[in-house]
Amino acid sequence: MRNTFIKALTLAAAQNPKIVLIVGDLGYSVIEDFQEKFPDRFYNAGICEQNMASMAAGLASEGYQVFIYSIANFPTFRCAEQLRNDVGYHSLPVTVVTVGGGLSYGNLGYSHHAIQDLGLMRLFPEFVIASPGDPLETEMCLNYLLQNPGPSYLRLKKAGEPNFNTNLKILSPGIWNEILASKNNKIFLTTSGGLNLAQQYIKLNEFENYGIYSLPIWGAQYKTYQEQQLNQFDEIISVEDHLLDCGFGSWLRESITNPNTHLKLKHKALSKDVIGKVGSEDYLLNKGGLKL
Amino acid sequence: MNSIELAKKARILALQMVVKSKASHIGSALSMTDILAVLYGNVMKIFPRDPENEDRDMFILSKGHACVSLYAVLGLKGFFDLTELHTYGQDDSDFMNHISHKVTGVEFSTGSLGHGLPFATGKALGKKIKKTSSKVFVLVGDGELGEGSNWEALLFAAHHKLDKLIIIVDYNNLQSLTTVEETLNIEPLKQKFEAFGCVVLEVDGHNHDEIKDAFEQATTLKGKPIVIVAKTIKGKGVSYMENTVKWHYSTPNENELIQALKEIENA
Repeated sequence: MRNTFIKALTLAAAQNPKIVLIVGDLGYSVIEDFQEKFPDRFYNAGICEQNMASMAAGLASEGYQVFIYSIANFPTFRCAEQLRNDVGYHSLPVTVVTVGGGLSYGNLGYSHHAIQDLGLMRLFPEFVIASPGDPLETEMCLNYLLQNPGPSYLRLKKAGEPNFNTNLKILSPGIWNEILASKNNKIFLTTSGGLNLAQQYIKLNEFENYGIYSLPIWGAQYKTYQEQQLNQFDEIISVEDHLLDCGFGSWLRESITNPNTHLKLKHKALSKDVIGKVGSEDYLLNKGGLKL
Repeated sequence: MNSIELAKKARILALQMVVKSKASHIGSALSMTDILAVLYGNVMKIFPRDPENEDRDMFILSKGHACVSLYAVLGLKGFFDLTELHTYGQDDSDFMNHISHKVTGVEFSTGSLGHGLPFATGKALGKKIKKTSSKVFVLVGDGELGEGSNWEALLFAAHHKLDKLIIIVDYNNLQSLTTVEETLNIEPLKQKFEAFGCVVLEVDGHNHDEIKDAFEQATTLKGKPIVIVAKTIKGKGVSYMENTVKWHYSTPNENELIQALKEIENA
């Protein structure tokens, strides 16, 4: 995903002289091409996320579309207030791009586990959340963000993920993306790493007739579109590599006004047992109750 | 209107606003009024009738709680009708008790400390990339220097030689409970800024000629961010407010207001 992102951003930057990339001392062997092609639009902010976020807001206020890039908890939790006040409140075109979404960096420990980030970022009303589940969705999300500059959070995993989508589509925020049609009117609704997990769930007899939909672009502003889509199905299981608390499934539930809709919605999300544990992503997903 | 006159009128308006809305922070506002008067009166390129003009110099107030002086100066310079100041702190007004970018002429909202300098650093970087001649001025409080984000920004600004960035420290040596010295000592401040790669100028923050000279010098220096450490008096211009913590919080009553206005008008 991160390679897809940087390649697509590099192509976009050749067309749009207002695109600036700032990294938080990360991106070795990923960002060099961008850096070489656009030396005056690439900055390494060093290891100081608070300044990186406020500075990105300042740069954006000068007419630039700024992407700040780091590992999941660093440019989000570390500088939450800078994102809230300087980027969000001023409605400035800054996209926080993170790698290591969910438990992608499992062995690196709890500091690197992004399992509460969606909960934080979806609190900010101006922010659009883009949490793609494969490289094609990454490109689709970036296309959306380039066309619609504003406060936004792009949550990536790492590198080498397979594609589950088959072609590039134009995504709209809040609107579900059909990946596999349902045979029984029951579906998995995924975001981010949930897409990969749902592909494994449908191999079980229990779920063999389930369809898969993803929602890669969402956020506080787009709850209103959810209930109508939820009501098209008999059962919806949300899947996310994030804690249920404040996560994607909770967001869906908050969007519901009709008590009957509540009954159809189930969740697969990380249990809190995963907190503080270390291991590979697969091991931790298992520990967190998500793996088969 | 010269800068002395501008400062005098701004002080009067600031006091009236604070009393009307029973607000705090008048001491902080009076501390920086002379600096603002010189900036807006003599130094910055401003376009009150065309506030978004691309060629304008920009001012960021990082100690957003001191906003009444800035609102007053902007009103006096014609960014909006002075009668709008009457809405300060009232329901549904854009004139909030911390500086608000929803007010014409205000570039950036603050209120949480340690945000102004990093934001201004981003602006200065943008101006460097665009190769424009306009400058970014940012005023920070002394107590506010406890926020680490300021020092992160200074590292970046010096590393990238952001000489369009001019930082003013309103050094009144009083913060929320007591002196800066007793709270979290920032000395030796000049040496700290120099060690971070800045050029440092020191002035009496109430002497308009000194302030003017420092800005003139600052706008010609190249290759480094510039810090003007302005020694100030919290509550400057009102005898019973000067150098007292109380006026970080308290609102003058009617009699106190009358005395304050008299002192300022007769100064």
